[in-house]
Amino acid sequence: MNSTILKTAANYLLPILLLFSIFLLLRGHYHPGGGFVGGLIASIAFVLHSFTHGTEATLRLLRIHPGVLIPAGLGLSALSMFAPMISGKPVMTGLWIEEPLPVIGIIGSALFFDLGVYLVVVGVVLTILFTISQYSE
Amino acid sequence: MLAAVLSGLVVSVLYIPFGKYLRGRLAVVAAGLPIVLFGYFARFIPSVAAGSTIAFHVPWVPSLGINLDFRLDGLSLLFSLLITGIGSLVYIYAFSYLKGHRYLDRFYAYLSLFMAAMLGLVLADNVLLLFIFWELTSISSFFLIGFNNESAASRKSSLIALGVTGGGGFLLMAGLVWMGYAADTYSIREMMAVSPALKDDTYYGFIVALILAGAFTKSAQFPFHFWLPGAMKAPTPVSAYLHSATMVKAGIYLLARLTPVLGGTDVWMYTLMAVGGVTMLYSAFHSLFRTDLKAILAYSTIAALGMLVFLIGIGTPEAFLAAVVFILVHALYKASLFLTTGVIDHETGTRDVTALSGLRTVLVPLAVAGLLAALSSAGIPFTFGFIGKDLIYEATLHMPGLLSVVLTALAVSTNVLVLYAGFVAGIKPFAGPLPQPFRHVHLPSALLWAPPLLLALLGLLFGCLPSLVDDALLNPAVRAMAHAVSGTPLKIWHGFNLVLLLSGVTIAAGGILFWARKPSSQSESWISRFDSAAPRHVMARAAYYARMVARRYTHTLHNGFLRVYLLRIIAFAVLLLAFRLFSGGPVRFTLDHVSPVTAYEIAVAAILIAAIFLAVTTSSRLTAVVATSVIGYCICLQFVFYSAPNLAMTQFSIDTLTVVLFVLVLFRLPPFLNFPNRGARIRDWTVALAFGAVIALIAIQVLNQPFDGTVSRFYGDNAYTLAKGKNVVNVILVDFRGFDTMFEIVVLSIAAIGVFSLLKLRLTASEKE
Repeated sequence: MNSTILKTAANYLLPILLLFSIFLLLRGHYHPGGGFVGGLIASIAFVLHSFTHGTEATLRLLRIHPGVLIPAGLGLSALSMFAPMISGKPVMTGLWIEEPLPVIGIIGSALFFDLGVYLVVVGVVLTILFTISQYSE
Repeated sequence: MLAAVLSGLVVSVLYIPFGKYLRGRLAVVAAGLPIVLFGYFARFIPSVAAGSTIAFHVPWVPSLGINLDFRLDGLSLLFSLLITGIGSLVYIYAFSYLKGHRYLDRFYAYLSLFMAAMLGLVLADNVLLLFIFWELTSISSFFLIGFNNESAASRKSSLIALGVTGGGGFLLMAGLVWMGYAADTYSIREMMAVSPALKDDTYYGFIVALILAGAFTKSAQFPFHFWLPGAMKAPTPVSAYLHSATMVKAGIYLLARLTPVLGGTDVWMYTLMAVGGVTMLYSAFHSLFRTDLKAILAYSTIAALGMLVFLIGIGTPEAFLAAVVFILVHALYKASLFLTTGVIDHETGTRDVTALSGLRTVLVPLAVAGLLAALSSAGIPFTFGFIGKDLIYEATLHMPGLLSVVLTALAVSTNVLVLYAGFVAGIKPFAGPLPQPFRHVHLPSALLWAPPLLLALLGLLFGCLPSLVDDALLNPAVRAMAHAVSGTPLKIWHGFNLVLLLSGVTIAAGGILFWARKPSSQSESWISRFDSAAPRHVMARAAYYARMVARRYTHTLHNGFLRVYLLRIIAFAVLLLAFRLFSGGPVRFTLDHVSPVTAYEIAVAAILIAAIFLAVTTSSRLTAVVATSVIGYCICLQFVFYSAPNLAMTQFSIDTLTVVLFVLVLFRLPPFLNFPNRGARIRDWTVALAFGAVIALIAIQVLNQPFDGTVSRFYGDNAYTLAKGKNVVNVILVDFRGFDTMFEIVVLSIAAIGVFSLLKLRLTASEKE
């Protein structure tokens, strides 16, 4: 697509949408949002970029292949699932820190689980879309 | 004992990384395994002979009744010693026979796997465990029979063997599970205790039929015998191992093992006697018409197996003793004959018995082995075979009335023919003048001639001194099958009686047959005229038609058009749902609980209907996609109105991405098809409208059900206290139902991997072109 306006807009929209997706991820526990929708928004940010600049440019921007995010996310989620077992608690017990952190607030193992979901969603969507778009070209 | 059984499995796995170092001279170390195992089992001879059994128990899946229960009694010990003993000789022999073969390591891996499976089978006390090993023998023998995988005939015969034994295994599994269910235990030992109840079970007949089907296919009983001659495509050491002591004896073992559980009834006895009798006579007769040495041995093996089934069917302690003795006799002489044949084939390049003669001058030790084995198979006095044959005649003669005459006649005529087969295989190639082409033949390495000679000499030794194995091996084995043992020790000489007379008649008739009849290719082609009626061809035709039906069926239901699949799935769902919906009488609903309709909703519904109309009438694919996403957005708006922000947000993103995905693949699709066929359009309309109507009815019906808020109340009450979250939807996703989410992201990942690998594979393939 050779629209200069869209191209310029995409350059600005990418960081904004990514920030928004992280915002959705972090607020998920108290307000509408969460890892799944956050991941989808982040994917849309990259897809928009790839529409205006081409898939190759987006892949260069990402530096790593989005497929790498899938095992990373799965690993993170699994880790947060099994982490309570170290202290002898059942799998998936929620672990929380005592004192809230500045800005982010109180965090627990559920956040890391959600972060894993976020990464998997981004990885899956981008892998599927980029593979198909490269195949189509 | 677990280690003994599993060692073969472990060794065969170790061949994968280390096999390449064990192809050359080092390959002979493989023989260490069976030799060590033979020593291990030999240690148990005194204690088992004294009457004790060695049991071993490890819980595996106790909830299903599957445990690693192993039990070593007389019968298991006899088979274990045969498996490891003959196994040792076969390992050594194969090292020389397959010297320099590029897959020698693979061969030993399969052989070790097979040996482990056989050991597990004869030692298992749990029927399900037994079945697992039973299947393992089928699978590993498939690899062994098809070892020469460059030959199409070899591949085909291994497939037939797998098909027949695997099919039988399937029936056997049903029988064993059924029996376990009826007996309320899977342990054979415990089944023996409830044997009378089992025999009175309503389904006893079915259980027996299924189990016998398994045993008969494995032990190549008529009409399933045809896989065995085909399996002769295997390298000769494999044939020697599979058909003398192991694979085909598995069925015999099963029958012997289950005799105290299921045996003793008329059904059991007469079936076994009839099938065994038909098999032994049919195949012994067939061996008359073969000219290939291995084919002759194959048919005489089937005859021997028939004889064993027949003896187990007779069911007297005498018959059991005869069967046990005959198992040992047959293993010794048949392995010896097979191994001798292997050397002849190896050195002269032919197995055609009409071409072979006079080899005694060049292959002296093998001539001795062949002669001794042939004499043992013929039952000449002072060989072990003589004792075996006497016991068989005694067992048949002691049956009541007319039955004794019929059974004895059957046994005598089979033995005459088996004697002929043994002489043709063991004596004929060595007798007479040495033809010119074989003058260059020279004696191969001792690794090739010592094993058959050793086995043949053992046959002679046990024949002269039966007390060596009588109390040590044979009687404990009989005790495992029958509670009473005949007690009389094995004797070489029974005095002048009817048995001796029958023995003499057998030897004389067989001798005359051997002298008078020369195997020829004419008679072989004469018998092949009946091939089309042979069970092999009947079954091959049945398999062909089964394949045709499967192909038609697959072609109809699974034709590769996504639209057809969708249509069928939806039509089926409509029928199922409509049936469920209307089966409880007419559908009634009220609109009392429905909240009042607002202006926003009417507006959104209008857009939605317009979008649907556009989507189904447009002739542009892009328009259709955009219209579909408008439908999606309208639904999202409904979620917003009903305060489901999480759902709405996710649905918005998904709809956006779906449009992107569609756009990406759109121009790879074929041009838009405007169905000219009115019939197809009407059909699609009908299915679509019916589906919509049924779903709408169900949705309204759901509204009329009283709402049970227990679950949502629980989540609402506990989200903050238990999971420190205020967004209940998210708390459910990441905490309460975190496992579901975990599996969902795993599924997502699999989908991504699928898309990626499918398309990338296509890419590389097209790049090659």
